[in-house]
Amino acid sequence: MRYLPLTDTNRREMLDVIGAGSIEDLFCDVPEAARLKGPLDLPNSVDEQTVETALRSLANKNLSPSNVPSFLGAGIYRHHIPAAVDHLIQRGEFLTAYTPYQPEVSQGTLQAMFEFQTQVTMLTGMEVANASLYDGATACAEAVLMAQRVTRRNKAILSGALHPHYREVTETSARFMGSNMIACAPDQNGDEDIISLIDEETACVVVQNPGFFGHVRDLSPLSEACHDKGALLVVIVTEIFSLGAVKSPGDMGADIVAAEGQSLGNSAGFGGPTVGLMAVRQKFLRQLPGRLVGQTVDADGRRGFVLTLSTREQHIRREKATSNICTNAGLCALAFTIHLSQLGEAGFTGIAKLNHARAVQLAERLSAVAGISILNDTFFNEFTIALPGPAAGVIDELAAKDLLGGVPVSRLYPSDSELENLLLVAATETTTDADMQALIDGLMEVLK
Amino acid sequence: MNDFQTTLTGHQGLRFEEALIFEQDSPGASGVDVPTIPDHAPKLGGLERRDSIGLPGLSEPQVVRHYLRLSQQNYSIDSGFYPLGSCTMKYNPRVNEKVARLPGLGDLHPLQPTQTVPGALELMDLCATWLKTLTGMPAVALSPAAGAHGELTGLMTIRAALEASGNPRKRVLVPDSAHGTNPASAHACGYTVASIPADDRGRVDIQAMRELLDEDVAAIMLTNPNTCGLFENEIIEIAKAVHDVGAYFYCDGANFNAIVGRVRPGDLGIDAMHLNLHKTFSTPHGGGGPGSGPVVLSEPLAPFAPLPYVIHGPDGFELIEQDDRPDAHPFGRVKGFHGQFGMLSRTLSYMMSLGSDGLAQVSGDAVLSANYLLAKLKDTLSASFEGPCMHEALFDDRFLEGTGVTTLDFAKALIDQGFHPMTMYFPLVVHGALLIEPTETESKETLDLFVKTMTELAAKAKAGDVAFFTEAPKLTPRRRLDETLAARNPVLVWKPDSEQD
Repeated sequence: MRYLPLTDTNRREMLDVIGAGSIEDLFCDVPEAARLKGPLDLPNSVDEQTVETALRSLANKNLSPSNVPSFLGAGIYRHHIPAAVDHLIQRGEFLTAYTPYQPEVSQGTLQAMFEFQTQVTMLTGMEVANASLYDGATACAEAVLMAQRVTRRNKAILSGALHPHYREVTETSARFMGSNMIACAPDQNGDEDIISLIDEETACVVVQNPGFFGHVRDLSPLSEACHDKGALLVVIVTEIFSLGAVKSPGDMGADIVAAEGQSLGNSAGFGGPTVGLMAVRQKFLRQLPGRLVGQTVDADGRRGFVLTLSTREQHIRREKATSNICTNAGLCALAFTIHLSQLGEAGFTGIAKLNHARAVQLAERLSAVAGISILNDTFFNEFTIALPGPAAGVIDELAAKDLLGGVPVSRLYPSDSELENLLLVAATETTTDADMQALIDGLMEVLK
Repeated sequence: MNDFQTTLTGHQGLRFEEALIFEQDSPGASGVDVPTIPDHAPKLGGLERRDSIGLPGLSEPQVVRHYLRLSQQNYSIDSGFYPLGSCTMKYNPRVNEKVARLPGLGDLHPLQPTQTVPGALELMDLCATWLKTLTGMPAVALSPAAGAHGELTGLMTIRAALEASGNPRKRVLVPDSAHGTNPASAHACGYTVASIPADDRGRVDIQAMRELLDEDVAAIMLTNPNTCGLFENEIIEIAKAVHDVGAYFYCDGANFNAIVGRVRPGDLGIDAMHLNLHKTFSTPHGGGGPGSGPVVLSEPLAPFAPLPYVIHGPDGFELIEQDDRPDAHPFGRVKGFHGQFGMLSRTLSYMMSLGSDGLAQVSGDAVLSANYLLAKLKDTLSASFEGPCMHEALFDDRFLEGTGVTTLDFAKALIDQGFHPMTMYFPLVVHGALLIEPTETESKETLDLFVKTMTELAAKAKAGDVAFFTEAPKLTPRRRLDETLAARNPVLVWKPDSEQD
């Protein structure tokens, strides 16, 4: 057993020191009735090659988006991740370190998290950010809970352009707390009226920009309307690259930004693990959930970093904590930070523009296909098209040709027949002209 | 004079001082080459970003050097022994990292047609089968993102089941020795928390528990083995008492690594238990995540498990993202997409590698190593409870009485000797706790060196060399940091000199 350093001789010596006859004797506190008598119905240990072969055979049964044209998005995006990112996060000193509770021997993680927090505030146009949350959907739920604490109000209005999973996770977290969640109808045309729903009981309005259906909206009027009634504006971003091309949520009056950071540094990974971001106005700092890294000095007066303001957290406050969250998405956040550092201002804004340009090209080419119409007047790198029939069937036919043509809206809204012809299509810097041609050809053939 | 002032550069040989990335800006530089952007008519509705973001520009080699140097300022399992009680810092096998990155797993999109991902669904199902078999439980919710998230999911499942039977009830009982996440999770699920004291054997005071149990109690949350490193030997009686009032038994499975392959929670009367895959099943801690916290569930709770899940359909595995079947009552969704799939790949790789026999050896060696440390150190440090212990040994600060050295000072001195400190001041049931968990992946030589070091440090403390401890650590990239300053004047983001207050 290659992971276990103790030899039988070691075990014998150690048992002698303990004064026990066998390892089983050390389990004497376990009630006899609860001890396993025979072997479990599971295979025994195998060598590394066998494991690798087994996992490879599972992997080979799947159609990997990295090998075929893919236009999938809806909250998870394919981007080119520089080779250095994965190399660096696999350094044992990052990969196998614990939470940095002992700052003298954790400055690497702590400084990187401080850089992460700074980058997140820069991108979102906010003043403070935490050291990450589980993912975008759970960050959205935490943002609503936070808005409720800040305003001491109960009602949250969820835009119809909010990712359905984000809405479901938020509704689930509210379900047992007696919160009042108002979920708007799907906003496939990007023209919903939320302002008229805001009242003096509203804790927050949650909007996504670009929206689930791709629309880019000016949130400033909504922000003003929220603030007039004492409510907060929560802005969700599921494609972080959009912030390289679009005005930041902070610039448009957001109070809390919750986002998915997967696009930077993290592969699609069948949806997890990814990294949730949360950034807020300075005045809400004490209500911010999750870990925070702060700057300080050491005994010699040198700059250093520590976890701070932990009196908000569960290990100190127990049931009075701002959240039950214990961990963050450390290594995913590190990948985010390294990727963004490698891009820098020019690289990040350049790749963002390229994403937009690719999507504009794709929209133009798709709109020339008979039977297809584009719903969006605005978008970043993803938009919604209407097909002449149910989108799921078309996507299945394309998949049979090794082409991943997009996400049918019905996958996330299975019971809404009005939406069944709609398809979300995303293009990124990884989308080539040949990919686009393959999609056009495939659609023309299937729709024929 | 401090060592760092003795070099011209601030660097000391292989130890580098490293500025923040923002302080290394070469405006315009980038570590990526952006392809030519084709001409296009923007569709951003006039909302183009016009201001600069403020990100620094660096070339690829500069970025690599920066993060490599930062990595060198971290302690890690790969570099040395990490006896952190209740955290299970075991070796993280590299094959797990390799397989999780296979393009057919790591690059999958969560919303590609399910018929294009049969291998991914099979992987999830296999992982579920292993976890259910190891725990003796009939169902598992795979999607929670971390241990605390699993606790919350487990309690939500319990609450949904109670609501379905007409009364969600009001209270959750939590022992004094519990992880802080337990009461926080109960609160986040709309329950009040009542504390159960520990008895003088370091276990739940079963009499006190019986007095707190009534029809308003929704659940008890118990860690077993508990945070004192002891098995709750009356657990079957506890489960019966809990069930007698119609409440559910939630077990915090953080310490499952002590009993995996030897004891099945399903045989102990447990209704719900999360598994920290980053502990028992060796997925890397990553400096604080990502974790993964699947929750195994008993028969009465199984219908209430959150979406999504994989089932065996007539044509193979099916991913259920909405469930209209009459006997299914999922309480909702706790995570975007399908949970921490990448952590499941690693976990499956680990479970297959070790197998049923190897996992039993894992818990056996973990418990053996902890008892070895307890035996070797009980006369040097002050052991809090009689052995045998399970996977971790608890000591308190009686051995430091009158020395002027605190548990914290003692731990910081350990850092200078090349060891990560043990868990300190937790659990709260003893004074100045030192909780030591060796795990199964340390050699006897390492354990012996640790014993020798602890013994000599204890002698030094008793000999009155207080400054040796209060000034430690001295050999680290930073010495003790001023946490009060950090909290009183929070500086949480870097700002250019021109903007600093």
